[in-house]
Amino acid sequence: MAVLRRPECLLLTALLLFCWPYSSSALQWDEDLNVELRDADNATAETSLNKQGNQTEHAPATIDTLPIVTWKWHHVEAPYLVALWVLVCWLCKLVFELNHRVTNIFPESGLLILIGFVLGGIVWGADKKATFALQPTTFFYYLLPQIILDAGYCMPNKLFFSNMGAILVYAVIGTCWNAGAVGISLWGCYEGGAMGHLEIGFLQFLLFGSLLSAVDPVAVIAVFEEVHVNEVLFILVFGESLLNDGVTVVLYNVCDAFVSLGAAKINAAEIIKGIISFFVVAFGGALVGVIFAIILCLLTRCTKNIQIIEAGFIFVISYLSYLTAEMLSLSAIMAITFCGVCSQKYINVNMDERSVNTVRYAMKVFANGSETMIFVFLGISAIDPAIWVWNTGFILLTLLFVFVYRIMGVFFLTWFLNKTRLVPVETIEQVIMSYGGLRGGVAYALATVLDPVKIKEKNLMLCTTFLVIYFTVVLQGVTMKPLVKWLKVKRSAQSELKLIEKLNNRTFEHTLCAVEDICGRIGDNWWIRGWNRFEQKWICRYLMKPSARKSQDYLFGVFHQLNLEDAVNYVSEGERRGSLAFMRSEDAASVDFKKKFGTDMSDIMPDIMVNTDFNGLDVSMSSVTRESVPSVSLEIHENDTKNLRNNNDVNVHHLLQQHLYKSRKHHRHKYSRSHFSINQSEDEVQEIFQRTMRSRLESFKSAKMGVAPAKKISKHPQKDRQQKMSNGKSLDKSKAHPYGDEDFEFSDGNSASGGEAATYQTPYATRSGIVNRAFMPEMDTPPTMRTPPWLSQAETDGSVAPSQRAQRSLPWSPSNIRRLAPLRISNRSTDSFIMADVVKPPENPEDRNSRRDET
Amino acid sequence: MGLPLVESALQWNSGILNANRDPKNDDVEFQITRLYSRFHSLDKGENGALSREDFQRIPELAINPLGDRIINAFFPEGEDQVNFRGFMRTLAHFRPVEDNEKSKGHDASEPLNSRNNKLLFAFRLYDLDRDDKISRDELLQVLRMMVGVNISDEQLGSIADRTIQEADTNGDMSISFSEFIKVLEKVDVEQKMSIRFLH
Repeated sequence: MAVLRRPECLLLTALLLFCWPYSSSALQWDEDLNVELRDADNATAETSLNKQGNQTEHAPATIDTLPIVTWKWHHVEAPYLVALWVLVCWLCKLVFELNHRVTNIFPESGLLILIGFVLGGIVWGADKKATFALQPTTFFYYLLPQIILDAGYCMPNKLFFSNMGAILVYAVIGTCWNAGAVGISLWGCYEGGAMGHLEIGFLQFLLFGSLLSAVDPVAVIAVFEEVHVNEVLFILVFGESLLNDGVTVVLYNVCDAFVSLGAAKINAAEIIKGIISFFVVAFGGALVGVIFAIILCLLTRCTKNIQIIEAGFIFVISYLSYLTAEMLSLSAIMAITFCGVCSQKYINVNMDERSVNTVRYAMKVFANGSETMIFVFLGISAIDPAIWVWNTGFILLTLLFVFVYRIMGVFFLTWFLNKTRLVPVETIEQVIMSYGGLRGGVAYALATVLDPVKIKEKNLMLCTTFLVIYFTVVLQGVTMKPLVKWLKVKRSAQSELKLIEKLNNRTFEHTLCAVEDICGRIGDNWWIRGWNRFEQKWICRYLMKPSARKSQDYLFGVFHQLNLEDAVNYVSEGERRGSLAFMRSEDAASVDFKKKFGTDMSDIMPDIMVNTDFNGLDVSMSSVTRESVPSVSLEIHENDTKNLRNNNDVNVHHLLQQHLYKSRKHHRHKYSRSHFSINQSEDEVQEIFQRTMRSRLESFKSAKMGVAPAKKISKHPQKDRQQKMSNGKSLDKSKAHPYGDEDFEFSDGNSASGGEAATYQTPYATRSGIVNRAFMPEMDTPPTMRTPPWLSQAETDGSVAPSQRAQRSLPWSPSNIRRLAPLRISNRSTDSFIMADVVKPPENPEDRNSRRDET
Repeated sequence: MGLPLVESALQWNSGILNANRDPKNDDVEFQITRLYSRFHSLDKGENGALSREDFQRIPELAINPLGDRIINAFFPEGEDQVNFRGFMRTLAHFRPVEDNEKSKGHDASEPLNSRNNKLLFAFRLYDLDRDDKISRDELLQVLRMMVGVNISDEQLGSIADRTIQEADTNGDMSISFSEFIKVLEKVDVEQKMSIRFLH
């Protein structure tokens, strides 16, 4: 922490200051009403007495006069404390995230546990007893569900299901092996006298082993997401941890039932029942999840008219699946996992894009928030001397067995699985997998649920569980990153989404299917294809909206997504660069407008232009976005709430419009053809603008007399301007297009004109290719006319006009707009785009210079 | 039937005939025998070679969007018969890459199941006129086969344009094989173009 900079110090101090009065307030008013976080042991007579005293003090039964304000702490105490704790936990995270140097070395989960110790110490110091501890009910009902739901909902489905077999083997067999081996070995050591006298029987050891067998998804995600291992390894560890939570709880319940039953009553029949119940509970939970997923999909089919709350359905139904499974004593974790996994594809298509974004973000907020709280409270809960019972033999042996059996289990199961896997799991990956066996909140919560009546050594087990958690999360978490680096584990390659990759993946799939058919073998691909066809034919029909089904094409979806990304990037880039690009687009539109109407309206041109321009954009953009294609990720903050009511508008559309207007209003001085200085008066801008418009209109009029030249690929930007003009005209005859994109090229070539006004004349003299002679004199206006005297100053200073090189390097320069190829529905064809594509603008400055030299 | 089996074993094992694979020879032999019986059952004319019609009789291929392209891949240019050797030669593209092969580096003869050959197989699926370039039209044909009817021609055209743009580095508006390899370098073709022939 020596590296903390000043703002962080401030925040940390603020945090501590914030905690102090609060924890001392805990001293004054006892947290009797704090149902959620209160330690059950604290509900003593003393506290209730205390509370009564407080109540009489603060809420007198009779009043003499009308109180203006009263102190009503007890009315709000419970929710207030919960909210405060949430705030404190999140502030902790905030403090850590301020400094990435710390979190780079130390995983966040470990840090949060450590700050939990500090907070727990503060509470202890103020209260002299552990006032707050994480209650299992809180954990299981309020903190865990959203984390599991988030994991399930954001699960990479294809990866998950294609590795399903391996994941299930690890989750079911691996967990059972861990539980059994740890339990039996501990029992063996106990019988061998390694840990003195304890009141633990064989069954209790098994129970203990089962509660420790859970690899915690929370801890695993927290650590593995920072490490960025390759995706197969990640899905194996993550899928395993997710499913084995469910398995562990089931196993725990079975063992718990055995313990309650007592060793005497256990016979073969009971054991068989135990095994059956194990499978029924686990898979029954999954079934409940699938059923609720179907309900959820059906529901989102018809939420079109209540889009504001449709995102809420996801949470409510998923939570209900969790509670229902719990009610039926099935595995709730399995239920909510499968609810998320199975429904994600369909609800993402069914819902409005904004709702999808809302769900994603809200889920992340909940999951991340409760994850933070879990870790902090894992630290806080440990500061309680009452639970600390030390037994060196027991604790050390547990740590050893947990560690060793995990490794053994992983290696044995992988050896077995590798016999059938197409791509075997490598040894290094196995090491990481076994090292990634982090225990976490689930183990702790299960340990606190232990009944002290049946299990005499509950506290010993609890504190051993704590130590196992700290050992795995902190120690293994810290060493995980160096280990991954040292062993050179294949990292995940952050590959950009490419259309051609997607296309080829599809090709490969079809090819494999065909080859399997030719070989006459029924294999994985056969199953995949069978499922796809079944899904296409039946599932989509019932679970998806008809409209969503129509636009449901994989390649098209990717294409759409790429285009949207480009659009957003383009807009933000354009704005960052002072929206030169957008001025150009308006420029183009104005040309267009004139082409359409051909009337002399140059005086009112600016206003009308804006309208036409944006109408054109509106049409094309909203028509694109209306075909809502799944999983378009846009940054949510760019979403403006003002537009919420307008159902047909989607963020991008709105976004574009916003930016365009702004650029028009605020950046007019940067009008692309003549660079104005900022402090120029608005009148002048107007005047110059109109003059330019008029002169251009003139040139168009004269151009109409001339020949309509053929479209030709040009590599000479200087020439583009003129060519474009003529193009615009020729196009005008055949079809109207709203925001002539080919004119981007035109202004691109021109944008450099400011810098080289002096050399402007020469290219016209030397250019080759088709030249429209009739058109030339008009276009070839002297530099002085296009750039009025008061502008020449502005040109020379680089702050306003980006240098030629800078414009070349602009990644989203208008020449790139061709990537935003249109998805037009109307009669406007894509031809103009294709033509625009043909023009090959990239030309390095050297070329230009050399040409200038020639002349 | 001894001779074709041995010959095809050579094809199948092309590149891994280093004689140090004794333990796996059983596997290989088993696979070849199995495929030979499949070849026989496909060969309705009983003349030791498969024709296009023999392939087209496989019902699943009829509903595979790329079925005909893949059938074509079995036939060398200008021929309409394929014997067992050729059959195996094509299928050998889909043998998974073994670990020891991967590390072997570049030998004189690259095995058929190498990354490049797998990619070449895929490339040939597009490249109908065999000019070692995927043109826009060729791409459009494949796209048309692979997407649903909901996509209009214009949309498909812009998809094709964009796809070519992603790969095209020299600006000739088509994808050459080297560009194809380059743009797919992040895809683990070894895995995605491999089938377990065991079982």
